[in-house]
Amino acid sequence: MCTTCGCGDTELVPVELHEKILAGNDRTARHNREHFLEAGVLAVNLMGSPGAGKTAVLEATARAAASKGWRLGAVSADLATDHDAVRLERAGIPSRAITTGQACHLDAELVHRALHDLPWRQTDVFFIENVGNLVCPAIYDLGQAANVVVLSVTEGEDKPLKYPVMFKAAELVLISKADLVPHLDVDVAAIEDALARVMPRPERIVVSARTGEGLDRWVAWLERRRLELGLVGRIAGLAGHVHPPGARGDRPAG
Amino acid sequence: MHEYSLVEALIGRVEAEARRRQALAVHGLSIRVGELAGVDPELLRTAYETFRAGTVCERAELRLTTRAAAWVCPSCDAPIERGAPLRCPACEVPARLVEGSDALILDAIDLEVP
Repeated sequence: MCTTCGCGDTELVPVELHEKILAGNDRTARHNREHFLEAGVLAVNLMGSPGAGKTAVLEATARAAASKGWRLGAVSADLATDHDAVRLERAGIPSRAITTGQACHLDAELVHRALHDLPWRQTDVFFIENVGNLVCPAIYDLGQAANVVVLSVTEGEDKPLKYPVMFKAAELVLISKADLVPHLDVDVAAIEDALARVMPRPERIVVSARTGEGLDRWVAWLERRRLELGLVGRIAGLAGHVHPPGARGDRPAG
Repeated sequence: MHEYSLVEALIGRVEAEARRRQALAVHGLSIRVGELAGVDPELLRTAYETFRAGTVCERAELRLTTRAAAWVCPSCDAPIERGAPLRCPACEVPARLVEGSDALILDAIDLEVP
């Protein structure tokens, strides 16, 4: 109220916030991230265009990582159908579909809700297969430990230059469908050059889900990330325990 | 078209602030969008114009400032040329994104309070 003369007029006040518009999503993502780390789970947000080969890469990952004895899990998002989740189940990855309706991306809340239906705590590596889209998923933190983008050799050498936000967000790019290179006018070195112009640390692995090329390097990359996050050697008996009192402190060294 | 879900989050935040301060009306809001925020400013504006009807933002003008993306060397501060590899050619280290280049920030709200 105007207190100068007591006239009762309303006042216009500027309220400074300087807050991220996605602050709400980021809070839920932090919550998801804490849960993944507490449970010793490496969570990977797998993004890429529709048809880049995200599901095929995961099927091949299950085969390539078989000797590791990892327990894998996944949620797979599409606007409609549970086809990808069914494919992943068949490949030996316990999975649930998230159908997003009209939404072009996953957000942290959608992932959080999906986790309630899955034994994700019992997994070692958990994949969040995002909606096929090179734009919208890039800006939504889901609580993953790493963003990985699948880019197929059929998509064009300059794709990274056209979608810089997606590749800036990526820790690793899997250049997929490498078995098709001999049939295409595509130069993998040109894709790599484009990546170096949008990623300050352009890490990439050339893979083929069909021939298995590069998958050992991809599995080794996942293993290295698990080591870096201190997720290796957790006590199996702790899997499934909820919100430990005193958080990390009560976990036996393993 | 995630601009629509961004506007939903934006209006939700403004509503919460207006409620908290028992505002009678919202007259304007200022947001900042960096080139690498992953948002098309014009689409965001269109989404805002579509969704503000019937909300607390009905009469609130959207002030949107944009900022071009820039990368620099983290050790010598030299700017990286636009379109060039994101690595300092002299120091041979990965470039650093200049603050604000990927900003998606609600800076301020003008509230009418009793």
